[in-house]
Amino acid sequence: MSREAPESLSGAQIVVRLLERQGIRTLAGIPGGAILPIYDALSASKLIHHVLARHEQGGGFMAQGMARATGRPAVCMASSGPGATNLLTAIADAKLDSIPLVAITGQVPRAMIGTDAFQEVDTYGLSIPITKHNFLVGSAEELLQVIPRAFQIAASGRPGPVLVDIPKDVQNQVVEVAEWPAPGGADPLPPPAADLISRAAEMINGAVRPILYLGGGVVHSGAAAAAVALAEKASLPTVMTLMALGAMPVDHQLSLGMLGMHGARCTNLALDECDLLIAVGARFDDRATGKVAGFCPQAQIVHIDIDPSELDKIKTAHVGIAGDVGAVLQRLLPAVDGARREAWLARVATLKAEHPLRTPGIDDPRTPYGLIRAVADCLDDEATITTDVGQHQMWVAQAYPLRRPRQWLTSGGLGTMGFGMPAAIGAALAEPQRTVVCFSGDGSILMNIQELVTAAEEGVNVKIVLMNNSSLGLVFQQQTLFYGERIYASKFKGMPDFVRVAEGFGVPAIDLDGVSDPRAALAAALSARGPMLIHAGIEMREQVLPMVPPGAANKDMIGG
Amino acid sequence: MNSLTRTENQALARAVLELDVNNHAGVMSHVVGLFSRRAYNVEAILVMPVGNGQTSRIWLLVNEDERLEQMVKQVEKLEDVLAVRRHGAEHEVFIRLEEFFR
Ligand SMILES: Cc1ncc(C[n+]2csc(CCOP(=O)(O)OP(=O)(O)O)c2C)c(N)n1
Ligand SMILES: [Mg+2]
Repeated sequence: MSREAPESLSGAQIVVRLLERQGIRTLAGIPGGAILPIYDALSASKLIHHVLARHEQGGGFMAQGMARATGRPAVCMASSGPGATNLLTAIADAKLDSIPLVAITGQVPRAMIGTDAFQEVDTYGLSIPITKHNFLVGSAEELLQVIPRAFQIAASGRPGPVLVDIPKDVQNQVVEVAEWPAPGGADPLPPPAADLISRAAEMINGAVRPILYLGGGVVHSGAAAAAVALAEKASLPTVMTLMALGAMPVDHQLSLGMLGMHGARCTNLALDECDLLIAVGARFDDRATGKVAGFCPQAQIVHIDIDPSELDKIKTAHVGIAGDVGAVLQRLLPAVDGARREAWLARVATLKAEHPLRTPGIDDPRTPYGLIRAVADCLDDEATITTDVGQHQMWVAQAYPLRRPRQWLTSGGLGTMGFGMPAAIGAALAEPQRTVVCFSGDGSILMNIQELVTAAEEGVNVKIVLMNNSSLGLVFQQQTLFYGERIYASKFKGMPDFVRVAEGFGVPAIDLDGVSDPRAALAAALSARGPMLIHAGIEMREQVLPMVPPGAANKDMIGG
Repeated sequence: MNSLTRTENQALARAVLELDVNNHAGVMSHVVGLFSRRAYNVEAILVMPVGNGQTSRIWLLVNEDERLEQMVKQVEKLEDVLAVRRHGAEHEVFIRLEEFFR
């Protein structure tokens, strides 16, 4: 608590002051009746820049983009009723990917709660299963505990979204504030159990064919360097989940890239042969494991995670260590022996040579892989990459040379179409010095297309690479492969003129299909500052391969 | 789940969970939501405030199945849950209550 001269402040002013004291400088949202007192107080803030989203889901994903790019909790706001319900998808997305988010919603006045008042929904009830925690605030006084606590919960342990629902009369209630609480930050964690660390080290030292399996927790914990150091010291071939891409540079000697449904054949085959799996900040998601009984069937398992409920959830660990993965890796490193593991590394090299990721067309910028490579060739590792959801997302995950933690922002757990562009705007707002590229699809982009005008208004350095295959490509692919080519509801008949759409929203656009030198056009577009849409036609029948059929074991992947 | 006959139901092993929780609106929803989303039936519930009413104790009677361990870990993660203790079906709390259900 810090003492200052007592002030009479409304709940709304208290919220704004507490956000300022938290260090919040940018937030995204949309006002409405039930949150107007907070917006009125925000208008007087000299520190906070409010970004006006055009749909609350867009605002939620902008906040996610800020949080994912920086690792710090970010804030989004919405009014009651439809404002709050529009926010829910972005909150659920943050829950599944463990992203620290504080969502503030207006609510009808306390006396009207439960009367089906205008724009009243049970925001508290709706958000219980999709938040880490949520609050319905009962008085202006309470805000002094609840707001810092919301940030503390969002940032502590396994991060996640917290929702604070504030009735309008609480926002208007004036109270004396004499003392301000300390800003809420992440709780320190108890050190991991030393005996478990030695047992894990023994298992690593005794393993013949170990594999290190990195998940998003490695990125959240800031433990990428520690993970790479462990891999190097103990010669551990390393696989990454979709969420962990960037934790180890893809072109690192020990990297096997992404595992699972669209991982390279060599990656999944190496996992099939391993005798020890060291899972770090990963949760054995079904897209990573395939049929669980067929995942690393010969392996013992060391599982390190900050969330004890992840241990033994899907696969029983021989050693399960609950703790911050960064702290665990730091202690594990001196306990493992330096090892060369020549035979195993040679075996992995053979697998890589025999079953590499196939990227047909990589030298032709008019193919999916070639376009992604051509974009990467124009950028360095300082660029941030976001995606929407679909084939384009998986092609980028496979082929973009990701080398930096937090370089890669994608909706993993919820797989939400519409994530990419607003998340890119948020990332660019948080780190304006970077170029942020959003790879999107013709289906996904339309789910939050309205945020193009926000991008134009804010002048953010966001480049949208729109891979247009005139279809919901991933659905088209599944119908082709698993539903007897009965293509239904996945081919678009009407197609917007995306270049004119973007220009109509105030975002300059180019069409790579119409230029003679797409590489030169890309280089010019990506080096200009400010938002830009880059449209590129993709052949509808292109597939993401290899692919593990739903329900199959990873080693039974098709194609590639 | 709900289609079990009464006899089948009685044949299942039971467990009693004892939760110390903060006593305010919404805490019950957080707890039972974890069960309902997994279609995990809660056979019996008892809640009473403890001491000065700052906290409550929740007793749950549930079927013992392979998900129980994960359920307990999930309950432990809730912000308003202070402690979880697991007892066998022989625990008296619900047995004594049966008198009120005759
Ligand atoms: C909000 C939402 N609705 C539906 C889906 C199911 N889905 C997954 S991928 C996909 C197609 C995406 O199409 P597009 O954005 O054009 O990407 P493409 O696969 O063509 O590259 C759909 C409909 C989803 N992931 N998210
Ligand atoms: Mg498409």
